[in-house]
Amino acid sequence: MILDLERFVASEQPQWRELESILARLEAEPGATLDLRGTLRFHHLYQKTGADLAKVAGQSAAPQLRRYLESLVSRAYAEIHENRDKRVRLPVRAFFRTTFPRAFRRHLGAFWLSLIITLAGGGAGAALVRWDPDAKSVLLPFEHLLGSPKERVAREESSATGIAQRPKTYFSSYLMTNNIRVSILTLVSGFAWGLGPIVLLFYNGVVLGAVGYDYIAAGQARFLAGWLLPHGSFEIPAILIAGQAGFLLGAQLLAGSRRGGIRKRLRAAAPDAAVLVGGICAMLVWAGVIEAFFSQYHYPILPYWIKISFGCLELAALVLYLGWAGRNDGNAAASAKGIVTAAAEPARVR
Amino acid sequence: MFPREAHRAVFRTPENLEFSLVLAGPAIRFLAWLIDLLVIAAAASLASKILAALSLFSQDLAAAALTLAYFGMSVGYGIAMEWYYAGQTLGKRLLRLRVLDAQGLRLRGYQVVIRNLFRFLDMLPACYLVGGTACLLSDKCQRLGDMAAGTIVVRNPDPGKPDLEKVVAGKFNSFRNYRHLGARLRQQVGPVEAGIAFQALLRRDEVDDAERIELFRRLKEHFAAKIPFPPEATEGLPDEQYVRNVVDILFR
Repeated sequence: MILDLERFVASEQPQWRELESILARLEAEPGATLDLRGTLRFHHLYQKTGADLAKVAGQSAAPQLRRYLESLVSRAYAEIHENRDKRVRLPVRAFFRTTFPRAFRRHLGAFWLSLIITLAGGGAGAALVRWDPDAKSVLLPFEHLLGSPKERVAREESSATGIAQRPKTYFSSYLMTNNIRVSILTLVSGFAWGLGPIVLLFYNGVVLGAVGYDYIAAGQARFLAGWLLPHGSFEIPAILIAGQAGFLLGAQLLAGSRRGGIRKRLRAAAPDAAVLVGGICAMLVWAGVIEAFFSQYHYPILPYWIKISFGCLELAALVLYLGWAGRNDGNAAASAKGIVTAAAEPARVR
Repeated sequence: MFPREAHRAVFRTPENLEFSLVLAGPAIRFLAWLIDLLVIAAAASLASKILAALSLFSQDLAAAALTLAYFGMSVGYGIAMEWYYAGQTLGKRLLRLRVLDAQGLRLRGYQVVIRNLFRFLDMLPACYLVGGTACLLSDKCQRLGDMAAGTIVVRNPDPGKPDLEKVVAGKFNSFRNYRHLGARLRQQVGPVEAGIAFQALLRRDEVDDAERIELFRRLKEHFAAKIPFPPEATEGLPDEQYVRNVVDILFR
């Protein structure tokens, strides 16, 4: 097609500018909507600009004009063909009421896999410490866990007042950030066909098993429960859920080209992985606060039965929350589904 | 002779419209990341100065606030910026890059979260080696985070038009007498070739004389092979003027 470019630009430019201004408004204001007349005009301008793009597509002299029109058409396409829910603000309340527990339950199998691997690691850690007590120095990453449990308990209980006076806010923030970092790493390492979470969860289990066996064998089970349960009842499930999210992504790669191909499956799985990350972060913030301000207080300041009861209550509440929250909320179900829904008629991409 | 066009993502809409977007390669994305890194470092430095005031009340509280602020900035910066600015951080904005949904649709919140969390993996072992390698190997220049989130990074076009007056103003063009050949030239010559010829004229003074003569000789041969103009139009015409005439025909 032979085109008088100058005349073409002069005649069409006002419509491109009009489309550009509508797009700028829609993109700048997430809640902005168009009335029926505006919508029809917007659609007309989109089609007109698309036709103009087809005209200049083969023109050697108009590479910049072509790129400009392609940019306009692509932006308009994204606005017109997007049929996923347009979220104006963060749905925090709905997230905790329904979205997070539902996403957790949708992939329960991956959670059980995380738990089994951690338990297997725990068994291995306990067995290693039982057969070779010197293995503690290799297995345990924290210096204060390497000594005798009895001596540590005696030391912690005798210096309880000193512990109470130690600064804790920084410790709490350190625990939060470190645990969130480890959880994110567990999740993203799932992209290595699920191998990353297997290694990280198993190692986590080995450390827990080694510490658990060491303290129980030394007759310090009560101290161990009082120390770990208050924060561990949230921290350990959070790591398991991070593994669950990692397996969710890894499973999409392992399924190969089945069920629509890897890209399509990842697209379907990624929303739930992001939701699980949000829930994990909230759980780890809570665990960090409890670990710094509650778990570190021992007898005689805090009797063990209070700490153990608190930890058990937390765990029971978490199980109830993850198992039952949002089960009967029909509207929320539709909303949660909306997050996952892909465009009904997306562009074919080459 | 002519280099391949940059990687492009081509979309065909249900209305049978076709459009393509230029994909951003690993080098320019790395530069954008470096700019973002500087922004984060500057923000962290500012935060440390502001939060230092808290140490008047409690050093413990100040250290905690700083730890949380730095972690929040390093992880949350990309998420917040790409969410708020529809796929752009400051670095991407400066270099005219934008994150898009891989199917050309609007970027979603979960996609922003996932692609930014995957930086933990992509930046391993250092300087985004994993992500850069994935980007080089991927047909859509995607790092692992982009693959997981279903996103691509494109270069935003500069809608400015070429300034023809700089290269062809006031020159007589003997090719203009052959309108049918001019029309065929416009049909035969692609945008990349036209762009190279235009740039060669625009930047003629940046190359040595010998290299310039060789460049315009090869350009002339290329265009002459596509559409030969009659000898009376090209007789005594230097190679550079030949290319100038071609550009005049193509762009006007």
